[in-house]
Amino acid sequence: MAERVLVDARGSFCPGPLMELVKTIRDVEVGTEIEVLSSDESSAKDIPEWVKKAGQELIGVEKRNDHWSILVKRVK
Amino acid sequence: MTRVVVVGGGVGGTLTANYLAGKLREELRDGKASITLITERDKQLYEPGLLYLIFNRMERDELFKDMEYLLDPAIELRIERALKVDTDAKRIETTEAEYDYDYLVIATGSRLAPEEIPGLKEAGHWFYSLEGAERLRDEIAKFEEGKIVVSIMGIPHKCPVAPIEVTFMLHDFFKLHGRRESVEILYTYPINNVFLMPEVADLVRQYFDERNIKYKTFFNPIEVDPENKKIITLEGEEEDFDLLIAIPPHKGSELAINSNLGDKNGWIPVDRHTLRVEGHDDIYAVGDATNLPVSKAGSVAHFEAEVVSENIAAEIKGLPPTARYFGKAMCFIEMGSELATYIWFDYETPPKLVKPNKFIHWSKIAYNRMYWLTARGIL
Repeated sequence: MAERVLVDARGSFCPGPLMELVKTIRDVEVGTEIEVLSSDESSAKDIPEWVKKAGQELIGVEKRNDHWSILVKRVK
Repeated sequence: MTRVVVVGGGVGGTLTANYLAGKLREELRDGKASITLITERDKQLYEPGLLYLIFNRMERDELFKDMEYLLDPAIELRIERALKVDTDAKRIETTEAEYDYDYLVIATGSRLAPEEIPGLKEAGHWFYSLEGAERLRDEIAKFEEGKIVVSIMGIPHKCPVAPIEVTFMLHDFFKLHGRRESVEILYTYPINNVFLMPEVADLVRQYFDERNIKYKTFFNPIEVDPENKKIITLEGEEEDFDLLIAIPPHKGSELAINSNLGDKNGWIPVDRHTLRVEGHDDIYAVGDATNLPVSKAGSVAHFEAEVVSENIAAEIKGLPPTARYFGKAMCFIEMGSELATYIWFDYETPPKLVKPNKFIHWSKIAYNRMYWLTARGIL
C-alpha cells in the first residue's frame, strides 16, 4: 500500500487547502498519496481541477460530515 | 501596574501601541499601566511606497520615519530583536533583555522566503524590500525589449493586489516610453484565476486583455534556472523570461515559530473576532502575523489594532471587552499610472468595484503622504 500523508486544512479558506497541497506534493516521493481535509466547499472543485492540470492522480473526493476529504496521488 | 508589551514596529504594532496610549492616558500618568514597544528597527518603512519607488515616483527618504517620531511619548520604545516568548512565565526575551508582560500583542508581520524557490535569489527581482525595489528600479529603467514575467510564487503574500498593480504600471511605463511594442508582459498566479476574489479577477482579466497583458493560472514555480532564464513549475511547465519580477513565498516570523505560537508556516492562529491567540487569553496578534483568511495588508493591521487596543484598554479599566473584528479591509488598486479603483470588504461582504478613475488614483497618491498620520493614530 502506498504511503499516505495527511494535510488537515480544515478551518482554512480557499485557496489555503490547495496551497497546502501544492507545498506538500513538492516534498513527498512519487507514489505517495496525500489526503487533504478541507472544510471549504470550493476545495472539492479547485483541487481536482489543479490535480488534472498538474498531471497528478485524483483518487477520490468524499464528503464527510462537516468537511471534504480529497485523496491525491503523486505520480510524477 | 499592568504591563502591555507590543512586539513589532510596523502598522499593526505602532497603531496598537498609539491607540492604547490614547485610551490609557490616565493609567499611564498614574503609573497603573505601561506600554513597551519592541522593534528591531529605529525607523518604519512605508512598504506600499516601494511600488512607486520602482518607477521613480517616490524616493527612499519619503518612505521612512523615525519610530520615536511616530510613537506617543508615553510609550517606552526598545530597539531590540525579540527572540522568544515564554507563555508560562509571561515573559519575552530579546537580544538585550527580558520583559514581563500582562498583555502581549504580537505584530511581527511576515517575511520573504525567496530561498524556498531554488535559483530565485540569483535570477529574480522583487519589490517587497527596499534593496530589492532599488535594484528592480534600475532594471526597469534600462529594459529596452524582451519578456517580463510577474510571477506570484506563493499565497498568502503581503498586499495581495500589488502584483496586479505593478503589472498595469509596467504596461503604462513602457507605453509612455514608447517601448511597449517591444516588451511582452506575462502575469502568473498559483490558482485557477488571476486573483483570489472573483469580482476583482473579472475586472483584471478584462483590463489585461485590453492591454495585451498575457496571463497564466495554476502556475506554481518550484525552481528558477538562472543560466537559461527559465521558471520551472510544479505543473510541468517552463517559462522563459528576460526580467523576472517575483512575489517570493512568505512566512510568518521566527519569533512565532521559536515560541511555538505559529503553525508550520509561522502564521499565528487567532480568534477571527477577538484576535486572541488560540489557547492564550493574554496574547493577541494583529496584521500579517495571524493565520486569518484576510489580506495581509496595512489596512487590515490598522482595523485590527483598533479592536485589540480597545479590548485591552477596556480590561485594564475593568470594563467588558466588547470590540470585535469582522474582517474589514480596504485596498486601493492602481490600474495604471493614472487610474485606480478600491475595494472594501469583510468576512461576509464581497467587494464591490468602482469603475477605475483618476480621482481614486490621486486619493492614493495623497494617502501615500498622509499615511504617517495614520501611523501616529491621528487619521
